[in-house]
Amino acid sequence: MSPPLQEIKNTTCYMCACRCGIRVHLRDGEVRYIDGNPDHPLNQGVICAKGSSGIMKQYSPARLTQPLRRKPGAERGSGEFEAISWEEAFATLTERLAKIRSTDPKKFALFTGRDQMQALTGLFARQFGTPNYAAHGGFCSVNMAAGMIYTIGGSFWEFGGPDLDRAKLFVMIGTAEDHHSNPLKIAIAKFKRDGGRFVSINPVRTGYSAIADEWVPIRPGTDGALLLAIIHEILAQGLYDRDFLVRYSNAGQLVNQDEANDEFGMFVRTEVPAEEACYDPQNKLWWDRQTNRPVLTHAPGADPFLLGEFTLSDGTRVKPAFQLLQDRVRDYTPDWAEQITGIPAATIRRLAHEMGVTARDQKIELPISWTDSWGVEHDTVTGNPVAFHAMRGLAAHSNGFHSIRALAILMSLLGTIDRPGGFRHKAPFPRPIPPCARTPTSPLAVKPDTPLDGMALGWPSDPDDLFIHEDGTPVRIDKAFSWEYPLSVHGLMHNVITNAWRGDPYRIDTLMIFMANMAWNSTMNTVEVRKMLNDKDTEGPNAGEYKIPFIVVADAFQSEMTAFADLILPDTTYLERHDVMSMLDRPISEFDGPVDSVRIPVLPPTGECKPFQEVLIELGTRLKLPVFVTKEGSRKYRDYPDFIVNYETEPGSGIGFLSGWRGQGGEKFMRGEPNPNQWEMYAKNNCMYHHELPKSYQYMRNWNQGYLEWSQRMRITRYAEPILIHLYSEVLQKFRSAAQGKGITRKPPQHLRQRLVTYFDPLPFYYETLEGQATDRQKYPLAAITQRPMAMYHSWDAQNAWLRQIHTYNHLYVNADTARRNGIADGDWIWVESQWGKVRCMARHSEAVEPGTVWTWNAIGKAAGAWNLTPDANEAQQGFLLNHLISEELPGNGAGRLISNSDPVTGQAAWYDVRVRISKAGPDELEQSSPQFDALPAYPGMAERPDWLAFFAGGKK
Amino acid sequence: MTQLALVIDLNVCVGCHACVTSCKEWNTSGAAGALADQNPYAADPTGTFFNRVQTFEVGTFPRTETVHFPKSCLHCEDPPCVPVCPTGASYKRKEDGIVLVDYDKCIGCKYCSWACPYGVREFDEKQKVMKKCTLCVDRIYDLSLPEVDRKPACVKACPTSARLFGDIHDSESEVSVAIRDNGGYQLMPEWSTHPANHYLPRRKTSVHIHADELERADNPLKIDRQQPQPGKAEPSLDDVTSW
Amino acid sequence: MHPAFSVIFLTTLIGVGQGLFLALFTAHTYALFGLLPDQDGQRFYAYGSLITLLFMGGGLIASFFHLGRPERAWRTATQWRTSWLSREVIVLPAFMGMVLLYGMVHLLDWKLVLVTLPSGLPIDVSVLLGSLAWLLAFALFVCTGMIYACLRFLREWHTPLTVINYILLGGASGFTLAAAFSAFAAPALVGFFAGWSVIITLLGLASRIAALSRNARLQPKSSLQTAIGVKHPRIRQTAMGFMGGSFNTREFFHHVRRPALRAVKWFFLAGAFVVPALLLATGVSAATPVVLILAFIVQYSGLVAERWFFFAQASHPQNLYYQDVVSG
Ligand SMILES: Nc1nc2c(c(=O)[nH]1)N[C@H]1C(S)=C(S)[C@@H](COP(=O)(O)OP(=O)(O)OC[C@H]3O[C@@H](n4cnc5c(=O)[nH]c(N)nc54)[C@H](O)[C@@H]3O)O[C@H]1N2
Ligand SMILES: Nc1nc2c(c(=O)[nH]1)N[C@H]1C(S)=C(S)[C@@H](COP(=O)(O)OP(=O)(O)OC[C@H]3O[C@@H](n4cnc5c(=O)[nH]c(N)nc54)[C@H](O)[C@@H]3O)O[C@H]1N2
Ligand code: SF4
Ligand code: SF4
Ligand code: SF4
Ligand code: SF4
Ligand code: SF4
Ligand SMILES: [Mo]
Repeated sequence: MSPPLQEIKNTTCYMCACRCGIRVHLRDGEVRYIDGNPDHPLNQGVICAKGSSGIMKQYSPARLTQPLRRKPGAERGSGEFEAISWEEAFATLTERLAKIRSTDPKKFALFTGRDQMQALTGLFARQFGTPNYAAHGGFCSVNMAAGMIYTIGGSFWEFGGPDLDRAKLFVMIGTAEDHHSNPLKIAIAKFKRDGGRFVSINPVRTGYSAIADEWVPIRPGTDGALLLAIIHEILAQGLYDRDFLVRYSNAGQLVNQDEANDEFGMFVRTEVPAEEACYDPQNKLWWDRQTNRPVLTHAPGADPFLLGEFTLSDGTRVKPAFQLLQDRVRDYTPDWAEQITGIPAATIRRLAHEMGVTARDQKIELPISWTDSWGVEHDTVTGNPVAFHAMRGLAAHSNGFHSIRALAILMSLLGTIDRPGGFRHKAPFPRPIPPCARTPTSPLAVKPDTPLDGMALGWPSDPDDLFIHEDGTPVRIDKAFSWEYPLSVHGLMHNVITNAWRGDPYRIDTLMIFMANMAWNSTMNTVEVRKMLNDKDTEGPNAGEYKIPFIVVADAFQSEMTAFADLILPDTTYLERHDVMSMLDRPISEFDGPVDSVRIPVLPPTGECKPFQEVLIELGTRLKLPVFVTKEGSRKYRDYPDFIVNYETEPGSGIGFLSGWRGQGGEKFMRGEPNPNQWEMYAKNNCMYHHELPKSYQYMRNWNQGYLEWSQRMRITRYAEPILIHLYSEVLQKFRSAAQGKGITRKPPQHLRQRLVTYFDPLPFYYETLEGQATDRQKYPLAAITQRPMAMYHSWDAQNAWLRQIHTYNHLYVNADTARRNGIADGDWIWVESQWGKVRCMARHSEAVEPGTVWTWNAIGKAAGAWNLTPDANEAQQGFLLNHLISEELPGNGAGRLISNSDPVTGQAAWYDVRVRISKAGPDELEQSSPQFDALPAYPGMAERPDWLAFFAGGKK
Repeated sequence: MTQLALVIDLNVCVGCHACVTSCKEWNTSGAAGALADQNPYAADPTGTFFNRVQTFEVGTFPRTETVHFPKSCLHCEDPPCVPVCPTGASYKRKEDGIVLVDYDKCIGCKYCSWACPYGVREFDEKQKVMKKCTLCVDRIYDLSLPEVDRKPACVKACPTSARLFGDIHDSESEVSVAIRDNGGYQLMPEWSTHPANHYLPRRKTSVHIHADELERADNPLKIDRQQPQPGKAEPSLDDVTSW
Repeated sequence: MHPAFSVIFLTTLIGVGQGLFLALFTAHTYALFGLLPDQDGQRFYAYGSLITLLFMGGGLIASFFHLGRPERAWRTATQWRTSWLSREVIVLPAFMGMVLLYGMVHLLDWKLVLVTLPSGLPIDVSVLLGSLAWLLAFALFVCTGMIYACLRFLREWHTPLTVINYILLGGASGFTLAAAFSAFAAPALVGFFAGWSVIITLLGLASRIAALSRNARLQPKSSLQTAIGVKHPRIRQTAMGFMGGSFNTREFFHHVRRPALRAVKWFFLAGAFVVPALLLATGVSAATPVVLILAFIVQYSGLVAERWFFFAQASHPQNLYYQDVVSG
């Protein structure tokens, strides 16, 4: 017998969106072991529970292996399919899509979930000409992106993070796992070992919070109150970094306080620039302390008052933005916040003092010289070593945008933005506030047989940037960029199905879903949404037809969503395909510079699986979408790898999907002609390209002349203007002004005016979540939230034989006291009811949860038979999905109007707002989770599920 | 004499289970494999793992500690599981103190598992032999692996480096120093099994802020706090005093 | 501990076998000294030995069900220096071999006299073999008992009472069986066996009650605090690291509720001791084999329950790590 063939191949993990570098060890062509790539900057050799279980994903019997078509006559959702050839699949799709494209391209909607190729899916949609494209951001954490990017030009999430290497105090808010999974764990552990102090603010103490030095339990949805109270205390005690605020934020800029004036609430400008680009022109005023009169900001030698009230020579009353902030937080005292958050006022004060004093007294001075945007040379880079990190605990609430603004402002007050020990940006951030990309602003951008004139997603800076009709109604199916959710920069995927079903704003023809389980965990109101997917017209010309006529799902597994497809396109796994983590999308950049990376197949595709990347390129070619074909209309790219190498954003732009090894011989970075050997060069270099910036470009990048010019030269940003922190947000004020009938921009419809006036406050404020406002607290006294389990990724790991042993089903965790008061014993079956629905599940007592909160691990519960589990599997019988309790819509203002259950500023899905009550299930009730669904059958081409698994790579031992 | 061991730092373990599945993954296709799973896609899936991570709640709300607690064979220095084994399949290696099971000798009588107070041996229901953590003997001495990789799979995987590996009899080793410096302890010391694996307890960092820190001459409020500026016409002493 | 039926039957069946042999050989010795009437070697001792062997064999077969890899069972004899299990594995066949020889000698009526004692008592081959087997029977009891008693962590077992109980309970059941057997093969000995059986049964009862009351007073030495090394009075497990069960939740837990456990206790106290003692007493006076057979059957069932309880009552310190077993 010849010895087994051992091989090691590098690629990039995709058991989650963290994208660690991995080494796949193969034995006789089978995966034997996957470990972290020690030479990868992200994970430095470590791996996580999911990453190590990649084998079981690769060989899962839930994998789809053939293109499938819904059996004629079979109901959607019943999971009855017949195998077809790829040729048939492409022919069907091409015919249908070509017809849509030549008539009304917006009737094709492409929505993608935990997709990491938005650059390509977005390009495809835009080329197709549909405005109806978005990825998961809207139902994920867009509040985080918008709240921070509209404030500091960068954000947590993949765009920036805490510099734990140098921090002394680390405050983590509402984070269970996050995208930066391994790197965050590496960093926290190191931080703790170095003696740093770690405070976690979270209703629940698990995971990261478990190892915090202090756990601050908070009532869900109330962080805004906490943060504002901390700001109150920081201001009251003078614990802010004045120098930082003066130079690097709009704290000293004077705001027009003349209520009668059309410019009320706007910064006073010396002149109005001819053309406002997407940066702040430096034409605002300070009130200089030396001369006691207004001066241009950053005038040499000037030092503005941050507090006070002044009158300009024309009689206009003005206040520095900082004064307005102080006015705002005056009543937000710690005692006030105690009532709302449940955190003792003394603790709030202490936290504020810890933050302020640590930031002030433990300053770091790095001997790194740099030049700021005003030409001032600095010998050192200063750091105030207080770092924060926050994710969906803040984001996934309908008041999240303002809470996150409050956080970004707090971080700024402490002087911690892009400084050592504080928050650090990752390329391509920082970007202007807001970034330059804009959506079209009128329905005329959508034309038959023409690419969309503009981006499907962008960053509105004022009401004129909204993507609406003349009458103010939305152009997009999800109503993003409309008056209802003006800054919905990632779309509102969670409303797509409901809107399309209702025909509000209109009906569509084909819904294509890639890598999202919209019939399960990424949809709210799951029971009803599943019915909508299956609902038919009863009258009219289409009577008997589905309300959403055609659904295409591209997935790698037999998920709950695939059951509702008319056409299933089987995708490869991450080990079987080429892929790029592109600078055009969300790269894996580090604090010290841009990083992008690739996947290179280590195994051939299983069955007839085809990478979705290839599917898009094939479809694009067949549909003759301009970028995919030559002028003559013939195929331009052989395949996806070819496309990646040769595609340029514009002919000759030198900008493509990959930033590394560009130029003929791979000598260039970011910009350069296509390099035919680019893939090989990535392959040789751990599948990634890491460009380390010079030290002097690594900090203070919002105002770092050298960096900003470099970034402009590299075409990462369009301008090299400084990016001042927006303590005070003029962007928000513009929407508010419009709603108040002021200014020259478009004006919202009457029924939305009050909403805009309220929520487009230029300074952060606290309000109870929309659901909270619409709920009787007596009836529904508890907040219900979910957490990410570290060992499971969303809904997609139930097919993983190892991971499902760790999380086989889920409980509802209830504070032990709360449970006892409701007569619920540990392990009891209970009913959990919200205004919108109810589920039956098992309760567990816990001491690690705030008494007014119940929680569960997200997406562990499954529909019977899905993921090729036996219908009696625990996931379906004992596991449950919290989503049944969450509504995708709330009663709006006005008769019968519904609004999305989302943040009114950004359209962020408000997953964590739902309020519930709990009661013990009756003694005669089934000990089974409820609701239950008809069991799904296995589809053609899926492997048999074995009773035993004794995986041994390369055959028997 | 060498005694190899793991030292697990509960101060940084976040309970991520990386060590659990990386262990399973390495070992299922290695010398100990295949590690069988029963009902892998059905009700009550169960399988052989060498390492498990458990969760405990300590105290009552709000003074709760959540403790993630990884546990694998502790490679006791005086392992009660070894002498009871009727076949000699369970043995402790003289050269490095690793306690192993020889799967070719084991008759699957399970007696050793009864003799282990820690519940770390797991019977492989398919191969019908007893299995347990091997300290990755098939990695740590494999000269074909680069030096950095000659570590147990779980240690390599652990994102928080909560798992240290080394010789606890070498007083200068990383593990011995960690035990010494951080109050490393053994599980169930009452049985005198002298587990080689040690655990490092939670350690807390707190700060104390003196009232003075909130005063200070450089308080920025002192810059921006404007002194009231009375209008020129308002009466003043200046107007009425003549000396 | 999870009571495994293989082990329950192994220990109870060989206990009967050993006890029966001890009864046979006691009668043999008594007869040697003329304290009891001589018996027909073939009918009584040979068949008696055969029955012994049948029980021993039954136990042996049961034991194989406990092994994952019975084909490797021969390896078990290698570790006699340290392992009581290994010792048991050696002693058990030795005992069976000796009993076989003893039975054969009687069957063949082979009366080779080895020595004659000064008192004139001839010691023949069967006496020698019987004495050796007698010693081996005790040795086997000690081995079997020690398998359990030597496990320090299983404090319910870690007591000399465990060995004593194995001896007394095996002895009692063996003598009861001997009484029933003698009703057919040697009616004259019924009273003798039944008498001793009642005595041993009552001794067994006493020592079993002693064990029960000792166990009831046992303070666990390990606690969650020592198990995970955290000092706090209130520690609760919320996750075991798996949810579909594992070897550690199957092997060491009985999953039986307390009332059922108590019921089993009363059942075995009655079934293994009180009822058989009464039946034996009536059996002797009524001199009907049926009652004696009934006594044995009742006692044996009682002992099966006793052995089940013996396992179920033992709480293994490893269970501290798997507290969440009830709710997963
Ligand atoms: N292992 C694993 N990793 C993942 C994922 C996964 O499914 N599994 N999903 C990925 C995705 S798509 C995302 S978006 C990220 C999300 O990463 P996270 O944001 O870390 O994910 P969540 O689990 O939503 O964490 C929310 C945390 O906020 C807390 N929380 C809820 N409400 C509040 C509140 O009002 N205030 C405060 N302070 N805390 C609150 C919850 O208790 C929870 O700990 O994780 C990514 N990483
Ligand atoms: N109650 C509640 N609901 C939530 C959340 C919450 O915290 N609480 N979190 C929300 C958030 S932040 C997010 S991001 C969403 C995530 O929700 P989804 O985006 O729907 O994520 P998944 O459940 O992972 O579903 C993704 C699909 O991708 C498939 N898939 C996996 N690998 C591949 C592959 O390689 N190729 C293809 N084509 N498909 C693949 C899986 O089989 C699965 O069907 O959930 C949201 N839903
Ligand atoms: S963190 Fe995500 S990308 Fe990294 S190893 Fe784990 S699953 Fe893979
Ligand atoms: S932990 Fe248990 S199995 Fe490991 S050496 Fe100690 S007694 Fe033996
Ligand atoms: S199960 Fe195997 S290793 Fe354990 S005591 Fe029996 S023979 Fe020895
Ligand atoms: S040392 Fe090896 S066998 Fe032991 S727990 Fe770690 S990975 Fe598993
Ligand atoms: S891998 Fe490390 S951090 Fe994760 S559970 Fe294991 S020991 Fe803890
Ligand atoms: Mo997400």
